[in-house]
Amino acid sequence: MPATMNPSTSRIQVRPSTEREGRKDYISIRDYGFWYGQKKALDAISLDIPERQVVAFIGPSGCGKSTLLRNLNRMNDLVDGISHEGNITINGRSIYDPGLEVISLRRRVGMVFQKSNPFPKSVYENVVFALRVMGVRDRSTLDEACETSLRKAALWDEVKDRLQDSALGLSGGQMQRLCIARAIANRPEILLMDEPCSALDPIATGKIEELIHELKEQFTIVIVTHSMQQAARVSDRTAFFYLGKQIEYDTTEKIFMNPSQAQTEAYISGRFG
Amino acid sequence: MASSSDSNTPRGEAWVWFTGLGLIIGLGMVIGLLSLVFVNGVTVFWAPPVPVAQIDDGRTVIGQLAQRRIRAGSLANAPQYERQYQVGLRELNGNSYLWVDEAKVKAETFPADVLGLERVEHGPAFVRPQALRKSDGKVIPITDPAFESALQAEVSAAVVVREKFEEITRHRIGEVNREMDEARVALRRAEDLKLADEIPVRRRQIDGLEERFVILKAEAQKVVNSGAVATLDSKDAAGRAVVIPLTQIVRAWFPNRLDTWGRTQLFASRLGEFIFHEPREANTEGGLMPAIFGTLVMTVFMSLLVTPFGVITAIYLREYAQNGPILRIVRISVNNLAGVPSIVFGVFGLGFFVYVLGGSIDQLFFSDQLKYNNNTPVFGTGGLLWCSLTLALMTLPVVIVATEEALSAVPRGMREASLASGASKWQTIRDILLPASAPGILTGVILAMARGAGEVAPLMLVGVVKLAPTLPFDTVAPFLHMDRKFMHLGFHVYDLGFQSPDSDAARPMVFATTLLLIALVVTLNIGAIWIRNRLRARFKGAAF
Ligand SMILES: Nc1ncnc2c1ncn2[C@@H]1O[C@H](COP(=O)(O)OP(=O)(O)OP(=O)(O)O)[C@@H](O)[C@H]1O
Ligand SMILES: [Mg+2]
Repeated sequence: MPATMNPSTSRIQVRPSTEREGRKDYISIRDYGFWYGQKKALDAISLDIPERQVVAFIGPSGCGKSTLLRNLNRMNDLVDGISHEGNITINGRSIYDPGLEVISLRRRVGMVFQKSNPFPKSVYENVVFALRVMGVRDRSTLDEACETSLRKAALWDEVKDRLQDSALGLSGGQMQRLCIARAIANRPEILLMDEPCSALDPIATGKIEELIHELKEQFTIVIVTHSMQQAARVSDRTAFFYLGKQIEYDTTEKIFMNPSQAQTEAYISGRFG
Repeated sequence: MASSSDSNTPRGEAWVWFTGLGLIIGLGMVIGLLSLVFVNGVTVFWAPPVPVAQIDDGRTVIGQLAQRRIRAGSLANAPQYERQYQVGLRELNGNSYLWVDEAKVKAETFPADVLGLERVEHGPAFVRPQALRKSDGKVIPITDPAFESALQAEVSAAVVVREKFEEITRHRIGEVNREMDEARVALRRAEDLKLADEIPVRRRQIDGLEERFVILKAEAQKVVNSGAVATLDSKDAAGRAVVIPLTQIVRAWFPNRLDTWGRTQLFASRLGEFIFHEPREANTEGGLMPAIFGTLVMTVFMSLLVTPFGVITAIYLREYAQNGPILRIVRISVNNLAGVPSIVFGVFGLGFFVYVLGGSIDQLFFSDQLKYNNNTPVFGTGGLLWCSLTLALMTLPVVIVATEEALSAVPRGMREASLASGASKWQTIRDILLPASAPGILTGVILAMARGAGEVAPLMLVGVVKLAPTLPFDTVAPFLHMDRKFMHLGFHVYDLGFQSPDSDAARPMVFATTLLLIALVVTLNIGAIWIRNRLRARFKGAAF
């Protein structure tokens, strides 16, 4: 394919980065390396994620995007034989601080997975799950949290009459939005999204992207995506990874319009990966 | 492309047929077994016409055809048969069953006056009645059209009297006896410990119970006296006079007069007795209610014990235990446990549960009982609890393996979603993993139940008996007596088949009992499967 003919870049429209008030190094990753057993999956990652902004992780398959994302709420603790070097702090506090309980970390850092994974429970119970495990019993609190989260996830109107029905009866897109509603029900500070739209049609994808725009008023969002257009549409900053290394991290505008690394340029223009 | 159609020709077709053959053989065996048991088990209660057979040697036989088989020694191309008649009247004939060479049967007629009787003692009888001597002195000859209804009325009256009598002797007097035993133990203890206050109280209690015993005895006698003194005058096949008191009769029917509806009613009545009544005549007659009840209660208890044990163990193995050689050894041991012969569990149950655990319980909580009641153990002997525990242990691997499998089949995403929501590990297990794996766990429980309900060998060592005087359940607190011995359908089959003094009479009951055991296991399984399907329906949905 000739380098000049590059339809994907020409179509990409970058939303001007909106700088909001907030800590610039809200999440701070410093010289971070990570191993699955003997295999080094991440190497020398250093980046700061500002408060209430959307940061996109892009890069070819297997480059370690999910690994980094899943380390932000220590989901990788489930894997045997892992180890790390360097540090990650959230709002100044290390996530590996022995005094910090993993559970309380995960309550502050919500997560939406690539494949929607609703519980085999009612829609209502799915949304309020995080509150229930925190010990909230009060019915009106739960009802209210359920409604606000479903509204924020743009799902309320579709499911308000079937809150007690099984969540497994929803469509794929509805399920994914339900998972988002579930992740934000206990008002985390950070929302991690691992390819949240990869199984969705363009309309559902559009809804979720819309949602991300609204959610970033309140949450700091980290999103992994394979779609350049999506990264460009939703994110304020973008990090490009390759083979476990952080190649470039900058504002989305800069990455897509004027990347400083040749590898980034090649990946974005689709000549690579 | 052309060659692809060649290579698509299924080369392994012969193997498909071969596997199909295996399936057919397996199915054939199952269907054959079930239909054999079903046909033999159900026909026990059906009353066929009863012939009067004239035999060459001048004898006359009245009897229901029981079996027909090729005579030993007859030629294969010209088989000769012999017939077994159930002639009844054991007290006269010496044996209820009679083999007759078929070639020697001159004539078989089916006279309408042949009467079949089920009796309290000596088994059934087939006679030709002459007259009914009623309790009020009236005599109704067989020729009277009212004979049959009068006979049936007298039989029903006799049945009512007998039931009243049984109620008093078996249950109420039994209760007094039990209380008496307790009171005696208490008195002995009081005397031994010189409890001056208690001794007179106990004495008075015993006196009161003795009084009650005498009253009940008198009451029972009164019931007997009030009952029919009617008798049935009849003749047996040889023409000898047979006088049968109606108090002896359980059921009477004219096998050659009954229409299909009558036979069906008789069938239903016999089947009802079989299921809801207690056994008579060394278990060869009457019902199996205690055995059905015992099997049911024991199986349910076993499931209630094995499910929590198995599930907790599996949760630990799957969710908490460190992966490593020790875990592997534990898993292998659990799986091997499933292959241990069941009698070994019986020996273990006797050695550990009964003697060690039961013995310790007796030492700790029933030491008075031991000391003042001739060392009669309470829990230190076989019983319902030990049977349930032994079978629970035996079926534990099934539940563990099924639960582990079910837990590992829960999609990883669900577990991650729960943990990512800030749930602790235990909350994840309780709220997500266990509900989602409930159908799989229930499958394990169903398998365990099926295995446990049919097991006999270990039970013989830890608490099943041929005849239990009382059910493990009654109206005396604590209502469910886990220490009691009980009857079991599987053991009943064994006992009838191998230990019965009259093997001919026991044979049909073996089939009927087997059928009942199969029906019980199937019913239990259907119940569990129904619950499982309801659970499954809750977790099913349109995932994309
Ligand atoms: N549980 C695990 N155990 C061992 N290695 C793993 C595990 N998960 C991921 N890896 C390895 O770590 C590397 C990074 O994987 P990761 O899932 O982070 O990639 P990714 O960038 O998310 O890829 P994709 O875009 O395909 O999702 C890969 O080489 C992968 O094989
Ligand atoms: Mg990934």
